[in-house]
Amino acid sequence: MAFKHVNKGVKRVDAYEKVTGKAKFGADLEFADQLYAKVLRTEYPHARIINIETAEAEKMPGVRGVFTAADIKNNLFGVIVEDQQVLAADRVVLAGDGVAMVAAESEAEAAAALEKIKVEYEELEGIYELDEARKKDSLKIHPEKDDNQVIHHPLRKGDVEKGFAQADIILEREYSTQLIEHSYLEPEAVVVVPEDENHLVSIYGSIQNPYATRAAVATVLRAELAEVRVIQNHIGGSFGGKDEVVSAMAARAAVMALATKRPVKMVNSREESFTESYKRHPYQLKYKVGATKEGKLTAMEIEAAADSGAYACQTPFVTWRSVVQATGPYELDHVKTDTYGYYTNNPYTGAMRGYGSPQIIFAQESLMDELAEELGMSPVELRKKNIYRQDSITASGQKLSGHTVSLEEVMDKAMQAIDYQAKREKYSLAQPDDKKRGIGLSISFRGCSLGAEAVDAAASLIQINKDGSVAVYSGLAENGQGLKTIFSQIAAEVLGITLNEIDYMEVDTTFTPDSGSTVASRATLIGGNSIKNAAEKLRDRILDFAAQKFELAKDKLKLEAGFLYDQASNRLALFSDLTAEMINNGILLSAYGWYKGPPISWDEEKGCGNPYFTYVYGCQIAEVEVDTGTGELTVLNMAAAHDVGRAINPKNVKGQIYGGVMMGLGYSIMEEVEVEAGQIKGKNFHDYMIPTIKDMPDIEAVIVENPDPDGPFGAKSIGEPTLELASAAIANAVAHASGKRIRSLPLNLERVLIGRALSKGGCK
Amino acid sequence: MAKLDVEITVNSKKYNLKVGSQERLLDTIRKELKLTGTKEGCSVGECGACTVIVDDKAVNSCMILTAQVDGSEIITVEGLESKKGLSPLQKAFVEKQAIQCGFCTPGMLMSALALLKNNPRPNKEKIKTALEGNLCRCTGYQQIIEAVETAAKEWGV
Repeated sequence: MAFKHVNKGVKRVDAYEKVTGKAKFGADLEFADQLYAKVLRTEYPHARIINIETAEAEKMPGVRGVFTAADIKNNLFGVIVEDQQVLAADRVVLAGDGVAMVAAESEAEAAAALEKIKVEYEELEGIYELDEARKKDSLKIHPEKDDNQVIHHPLRKGDVEKGFAQADIILEREYSTQLIEHSYLEPEAVVVVPEDENHLVSIYGSIQNPYATRAAVATVLRAELAEVRVIQNHIGGSFGGKDEVVSAMAARAAVMALATKRPVKMVNSREESFTESYKRHPYQLKYKVGATKEGKLTAMEIEAAADSGAYACQTPFVTWRSVVQATGPYELDHVKTDTYGYYTNNPYTGAMRGYGSPQIIFAQESLMDELAEELGMSPVELRKKNIYRQDSITASGQKLSGHTVSLEEVMDKAMQAIDYQAKREKYSLAQPDDKKRGIGLSISFRGCSLGAEAVDAAASLIQINKDGSVAVYSGLAENGQGLKTIFSQIAAEVLGITLNEIDYMEVDTTFTPDSGSTVASRATLIGGNSIKNAAEKLRDRILDFAAQKFELAKDKLKLEAGFLYDQASNRLALFSDLTAEMINNGILLSAYGWYKGPPISWDEEKGCGNPYFTYVYGCQIAEVEVDTGTGELTVLNMAAAHDVGRAINPKNVKGQIYGGVMMGLGYSIMEEVEVEAGQIKGKNFHDYMIPTIKDMPDIEAVIVENPDPDGPFGAKSIGEPTLELASAAIANAVAHASGKRIRSLPLNLERVLIGRALSKGGCK
Repeated sequence: MAKLDVEITVNSKKYNLKVGSQERLLDTIRKELKLTGTKEGCSVGECGACTVIVDDKAVNSCMILTAQVDGSEIITVEGLESKKGLSPLQKAFVEKQAIQCGFCTPGMLMSALALLKNNPRPNKEKIKTALEGNLCRCTGYQQIIEAVETAAKEWGV
């Protein structure tokens, strides 16, 4: 199919404002008469609040209000489990819980007043280790609950005992992953404006999911959804991170805005962001795998436990994605998987790009290489003997059909891109120097979109004006990933107009229909389909009108580059003349588009069903150099091959791959939020290292296209799969280079050198 | 607190300001001059989002006091576009899709501009060194390098 806009690397529609400094982010907004607010956060990970004394703070210069939990109508919120307080009322459960807040004429005055608030605490014993949280008799973080378990997802297929009995070799391994921070470059920022008419408040800021924020704020204010208006601004990165934490921030600002009747602005410092924001779940993973000596997998038994921190947040869904993908993309008759989430008094954890898959893929793809070594087989050969192919049945009993199962293709293309075989052979020979090289790979299948977590539907609105200009609205939000651009490409493709004619509008919950959250790599697939649907309705309407006007059959007409053409490519009319005539004739040229994903299913008790309606497949390969003398680990090259169905914008897809690989590299070799007894140790980028441009390997991004029948123009997902594969690929490459298998992340200097992390303060 | 008289030129426009002795250049730019294209990401000189050019050198404006730059010529991201349109470097960022969320972009442009002003034909390593202080969490840096290379090879600054 020849496309005019789709499948082309067109420029981003938001590029101009972003290279000129005109793009307004949350912290850039100013409203007349606005106040600034700051939050007093506790340093105790678990304590009872005896008393909060605010009188002195209230007398401080510039202060317009000091607030505690008592000032909040409904103090409890939470997207899945309502266990999070806007401000702690009588107990704090993590170091960083807000206990009071101040609105003042300036940020400095608000900060000065915070210091005058006196909070008396009774410190309580806390739980900081998963093993402790799991004990039946351990103290309960949330006393109203039976225990500290947030969730348990079981999955049972066949009979693992039977499967292990068929095995010639059984391997049992334990892995662990660490707490990491999203590290979006823009700290969280919101402004809440109280409104006199029609609704209560308008909320602006760096908001990943405007509808989720609207719901949280409405809950807290005990207001109707229509009374809370959320308008999204440019957002300086999110990666799953600007959801609940921003909702809490917006709720706090809304309480203060209504009380003071003035706009309230809140901007987190980097330290505040580190303290307060949720992070990626650390996992402890136990894997047991059985295989025949020919390398056929017979059974897998998995237990994965996630540290949810003090709140449930997204843990129930994060761990659900883990259970679906836990075996990796391998055919197995016998599987037993249990994934759990537990409360602790650690920083809480939530959505982060990958969402429960990076942890299990690190374990499961490391395991495959360990098994290959035990079997004396190459990692590629072992995988190819077991990978999902067309019509394979997954661990949950789903038949992979209706889309192309392209695992072997992505493997082959990634291997080719990095010259895997030759390097593998070369580095397998003895390397006498301290500096040793190795190459390793990992592969994955990933369910697209929300899956059986929730109903998966999205809406959009396209309005054509008299002059032929087109406004596009979607309920899904630009997070920097390029959504505005690809949605514009899809609309322009269907309507046969140029991209210049399209004005892409920001999400405004008053005008754009609720489309759920911009998560789960679902925007292109679900949102793209809804844009296509709206544009098709309008195209049909225009062609119906044109058919009548020119007395030609509708299927003999086409719209292209702003003109109407007949079959012989004669120009019949300008798009804008047609639309003007239609509007003058009273014909509606606005249309909502709607798309709901095909049916899916999940049995929570047995862990079976068709959890996702389609999947994507990816392979990443890392080539590393390990200095066995110093422990220095350098990632030299990476190849990443991802089947995206169809790349709506190949430049954007590559940008996603490069960015995901680098974020994966940070997760693999450098990043860790260090927490001691619930306290985060380093709260800025001088302590918490994320990859700089100097840490970049050469990255070969390979786009594989097998158009998906359910995707818009065949497109599906790319955002998250790019991030989930690096850690196992790098760990496997390190093992290949050095012979040292590291089973916990990050693969840092000490672990590479001596196989374990050094504890602070010397011997222990 | 005593205010100091400071004269600075920002994007070719002269300003006579009274600033506090502790006022950071970043705050002068964002709050006084309302040039919000310059971003604050960490406040400790680690992320580079606040990078501006002071007398041809890229500096973190969160780490320098306005009083220290008295008499200096400063360029912020708002100073790149001219009546002729986007600067070659801006065009290259657009062309190479070197932008995702856009929060690091102003600082990246400033560091890249300072590099190209001093070294119009940098190799890849020089580009990496010049941009090492600018964190980006979205792009993986690849397309940013391509943009700087393109500007250097084809268009100049």
